[in-house]
Amino acid sequence: MLKYLIPLAIFIVLGVFLAIGLKLNPTEIPSPFIGKPAPAFSAPRLDSPEQQLAPADLQGKVWLFNVWASWCTSCRAEHPVLNELAKQQAAPIIGLNYKDAREDALSWLNRLGNPYEMSVVDPEGRIGIDYGVYGVPETFVIDKKGVIRHKLTGPVTPETVQQTLLPLIAKLQAE
Amino acid sequence: MKPITLIFLLLLAGAGFAGVEYREFTTPEQQEAYESLTSELRCLVCQNQTIADSNADLAADLRRQVYEMLQKGQSKDEILRFMTERYGDFVLYNPPFKSKTVLLWFGPVLFFLIGVVFVILLIRRKRTRPSKALSDDERQKIRRLLDEGDRS
Repeated sequence: MLKYLIPLAIFIVLGVFLAIGLKLNPTEIPSPFIGKPAPAFSAPRLDSPEQQLAPADLQGKVWLFNVWASWCTSCRAEHPVLNELAKQQAAPIIGLNYKDAREDALSWLNRLGNPYEMSVVDPEGRIGIDYGVYGVPETFVIDKKGVIRHKLTGPVTPETVQQTLLPLIAKLQAE
Repeated sequence: MKPITLIFLLLLAGAGFAGVEYREFTTPEQQEAYESLTSELRCLVCQNQTIADSNADLAADLRRQVYEMLQKGQSKDEILRFMTERYGDFVLYNPPFKSKTVLLWFGPVLFFLIGVVFVILLIRRKRTRPSKALSDDERQKIRRLLDEGDRS
């Protein structure tokens, strides 16, 4: 009896491991930033480059930091979702316009609507590196003390807004 | 030259150019550090390539970052720390030894040992199994067959 049970047990264990392996998403790299302060920067605004914005300016607010670019197709997919989210005014969305041309970025916002309270520019991707960005779009949720509490890789969807972002924002607002 | 050969050579040339920028180094040590760092850091977009091998935009940015940090006189350790603080251990091709990575390091040894134990058990069982003695009937049958073989 044992003779047959051992191979069966091995088979089941292998099956479980393979099933877990299939469900893992290799493109989703856990961010080492969760629970750490958002890296500081001071970057020119997209709409008025003579003005600068730093994360410190947003102290006391729960905010979303959304990395986007006009050349990024997934950003286009998430854009209407961000527009909807902005309408709900749960938290200001700050954009990081990543490795983009200013004219392209401005005309994209003109055409598709602007969900951002403001966007700052990162033409060479330096702020991106500082935030561990490896693919656009990415979205960080930052609390009132300036600590990164959550990171979304890939486009924001209506499901993630309902299931993750809104409950988390409400929780952080109450803190 | 046949067109197909030309295409092949062009493809080969393209692969050769991946991730090459002109960089000036003040010391040979710095250049060595640059080369070893870029071949230790993973390109997070392509995942199975180092940033030295990859043509991805991010890989180029990370190469620039490594170069600039070296120019500022930062050490290899400082640069590796900078990268892992931002991208996690995944950015390293040599995973650090941690509780989370124990299986990664010892897994192969563990599986090898399991295999050795298994083989030893198998051999032992074979040895200890008594060989089946022949019955008298069988003995006679074999004797007869052998005798017949001799005669023919």
